[in-house]
Amino acid sequence: MTVPLLEATDLVKHFPVHSGVLLRREVDRVRAVDGVSLTLGAGETLGLVGESGSGKSTLCRAILQLVEPGSGSVRFEGTEIVGLGRRELRPLRREMQMIFQDPIGSLNPRKRVGQIVGGPLKLHGVAEGAELRSRVRELLDLVGLSPEHYNRYPHEFSGGQRQRIGIARALALKPKLVIADEPVSALDVSIQAQILNLLEDLQDELSLSYLFVAHDIGVVRHVSDRIAVMHDGRIVEVGATDQVCERPSHPYTRELLAAVPVPDPRESRSREAARQ
Amino acid sequence: MGGPMARFAARRLVSMLFVLFAVSVLVFLIFNVLPSGDPAVRMAGKVPTETQVEAIREEWGFDEPLYVQYATMMKKIFTGDLVSYFTRLNVDEEIWKGLPRTLSLAIGAAIIWMAFAVALGLYSALRAGRFSDRLLTVLALIGISMPVFWVGALLSYYLGYKAGIFPNGGYVEFFDSPTQWLWHLILPWFALAILFIGFYSRVLRADILETMDEDYVRTARAKGLSERRVLLSHVLRNSLIPVVTLWGLDFGAVIGGGAILTETVFNLQGVGQYAADAIGQLDLPPIMAVTMFGAFFIVLLNAAVDIAYAALDPKIRLEGGERR
Amino acid sequence: MSAAPILEVSDLAVAFRTEEGVLQAVDDVGFDLRAGEFLAIVGESGSGKSVTALTLLGLTRGPNATISGTARFVGIDLASAGDDELRRLRGDRIAMVFQDPMSSLNPVHRVGDQIAEQIRAHTDASKEAAHERAVELLGSVGILNPAGRSRAFPHELSGGMRQRAMIAMALSLEPEILIADEPTTALDVTIQAQILDLLQELNERRGLSVVLITHDLGVVAEIADRVLVMYGGRVVEQGTLDEIFYDPQHPYTWGLLGSLTRLDRPRPKRLAQIPGSPPSLVAPPAGCHFRPRCPHAFGRCGEVPGLEPRAGAAGHLDRCWLTPEEKADKRQAGDRIAPTGSS
Repeated sequence: MTVPLLEATDLVKHFPVHSGVLLRREVDRVRAVDGVSLTLGAGETLGLVGESGSGKSTLCRAILQLVEPGSGSVRFEGTEIVGLGRRELRPLRREMQMIFQDPIGSLNPRKRVGQIVGGPLKLHGVAEGAELRSRVRELLDLVGLSPEHYNRYPHEFSGGQRQRIGIARALALKPKLVIADEPVSALDVSIQAQILNLLEDLQDELSLSYLFVAHDIGVVRHVSDRIAVMHDGRIVEVGATDQVCERPSHPYTRELLAAVPVPDPRESRSREAARQ
Repeated sequence: MGGPMARFAARRLVSMLFVLFAVSVLVFLIFNVLPSGDPAVRMAGKVPTETQVEAIREEWGFDEPLYVQYATMMKKIFTGDLVSYFTRLNVDEEIWKGLPRTLSLAIGAAIIWMAFAVALGLYSALRAGRFSDRLLTVLALIGISMPVFWVGALLSYYLGYKAGIFPNGGYVEFFDSPTQWLWHLILPWFALAILFIGFYSRVLRADILETMDEDYVRTARAKGLSERRVLLSHVLRNSLIPVVTLWGLDFGAVIGGGAILTETVFNLQGVGQYAADAIGQLDLPPIMAVTMFGAFFIVLLNAAVDIAYAALDPKIRLEGGERR
Repeated sequence: MSAAPILEVSDLAVAFRTEEGVLQAVDDVGFDLRAGEFLAIVGESGSGKSVTALTLLGLTRGPNATISGTARFVGIDLASAGDDELRRLRGDRIAMVFQDPMSSLNPVHRVGDQIAEQIRAHTDASKEAAHERAVELLGSVGILNPAGRSRAFPHELSGGMRQRAMIAMALSLEPEILIADEPTTALDVTIQAQILDLLQELNERRGLSVVLITHDLGVVAEIADRVLVMYGGRVVEQGTLDEIFYDPQHPYTWGLLGSLTRLDRPRPKRLAQIPGSPPSLVAPPAGCHFRPRCPHAFGRCGEVPGLEPRAGAAGHLDRCWLTPEEKADKRQAGDRIAPTGSS
């Protein structure tokens, strides 16, 4: 029985709300992640779908130890990573990378593309000089950008291209796990398809495992092998994609699926007639 | 708003005590470290004898350890017994006498600078990029660059002494003659205000330009509101929030000591001038008292600014915020 | 739905002077809106859909903007009307709701005050009357405890309530036309469904004519009567809802429909994608703007195609040089929605 690539157990992250004059008492807490458990196997795509305030972004950060979980465990390839010091965590960080939602905000506007994509390689001392440059060019090619983009600045690119840069950066260290936090939400519909296809191709080529987080269940359904539905800091349902989407068991999942508009006028009309 | 208000006031009071303590200790130490020479020696006059100096030392407690001297001085400030080394006058009384003059100067200047800044800032913003805007920008920069004592001196000399339109310095009590009080303050008000008008009109201009791009201004126009209403109720109302808070802080700083130069140039005999004279003579008691007085006002106005901010911007609350 | 259009837009063009050059945001846009009709304008970033809507209310006017063409509404040409005349119409007879209700409402004024302000700008209602009406309006869009909510500040309401409040505000003077610019894009999908229901109710029960601007074809399918597809500042296809979804004629529409994810169909191996990115409007490609991304482009596409009707359907127009036979031939199964069952 192989060890799952990622295993989170009872992960908790609360944010306290303070009040008081000299002694700041805690009066309330925001239960962003309230006891979440999930597993991700190698080569698999686990989709995490939830609306705003569900806690999905906090969960991503808690898994990667970008915020420290209040309690719970996260095992990467069997190794417990919660509570690890920075030095022990460093080599593991190379195996887990993140793609962010906002293609504008997640790229340093003062750095050139080559520096952005090559940054992780330099930071971890993996490559430098000519070898670094050649590796970066390989990555740019991998995500569908051309070598002449090496010296340009982020603002010279379109949203879809910026997202490709973000993906290239995430793949620089050849990670095993990629957490994609709303990677296509800020993109035009016609570009979304490009990026989703790219992510699928890369998964096959590089044997990646994805935790794909989004609020659009249609997009999540397209890319995922399994889906977890998150609501109010908890996972309310998890299972094979087709099962969750066609035979949802939790009322929230049903509500979510029912709310998605169907791009078929007749289908939509008959649905509405059925409702009344 | 009893509970949160009381907690806020308590917090501010505690921090004020810390600030006053820190400031007073700092001033005291600085004074004692300065190579000003022994105060006892200086107080003894032109040709001091050893016994004279010793006598003075004992009388004034200069032979005590520093922390004792500090404690005694602080006590005297609060009991109203503090006396200046050189003039022998009661420090608290002198401050009390100078206070109305300083306040007259500060409040008048503050109102003037705010009124002009709003008018000029708004005008500049509405004509952004055009010649009138560029002209105002240059004028604002000149205003910011001119030192207040230079402007004051110029105004006082040309409009006061030479042209004789305005009096050549001095202060008239309000209750003696309101018109003369006003007349004597006009030049000092403007001298002090010019710097701030320049600065604030720039800040307001930037704020207004930014606010005009906001979505809610577009909504206001989409509602069919008159341009005047859009400007006043939406653009200006929102742009003023940061400016009003800045104003409160600067106002506090002016009372707390920023008025020194203006008072001196125009000989208004306010608290600032009193401080200037004391510094010139390295007379510690007035320096201590005025510094505490200044710090007190600044902290007070800081607190007032925070309250005003919360009143003007409903998203800022004194305690957390209402959750939906 | 009466036959005479209440809004007739023709040859509308909007250009902005920018640092990089002249940006042609809207080019040769024309459409009619009939009373009680629900028109959807669909497009992606740079399509010109928002600029078109804003221009109808005169909100794009400025020293750097050049507006030409006409937009006739209640006997007035919105494109060239005087500022005062236009201001009187805004909010009163033609109103607009924007995408992000958090930033579109003034954060320092109470919600009820903002509604009352609009009422008092166009009528001589008293303060009390205007506030009463504001509370009524908030209740009519499904906000519970409207009296309490009207005294709230925008940040104290949830996203869905804020958008309802904006809609209430837009309807306060019972306009004939409501323009909604991406009204649900910033909202969760469950809230989106509620807002769309509200808009549909307003359209069907009260006969309100709606122009909905969106990029989401799912939303369009749920709620629109007619659709305008825009790309690169131009209208590339327009027709009834069924025509656009079941019989699309323009390659861009094919691409859009093909790249949709659908919950009610098995998952495809790969999503059909449109290569490339939307065109720069400062230096657009010559001829058809979609040409660089169109898999069916040919020589003639270097010339701008006119908006031509399909044979037998005068209301279904598209801007493409392909002949009807070529279109039928080149259109793939995935480029349109396959009609399920009978209508």
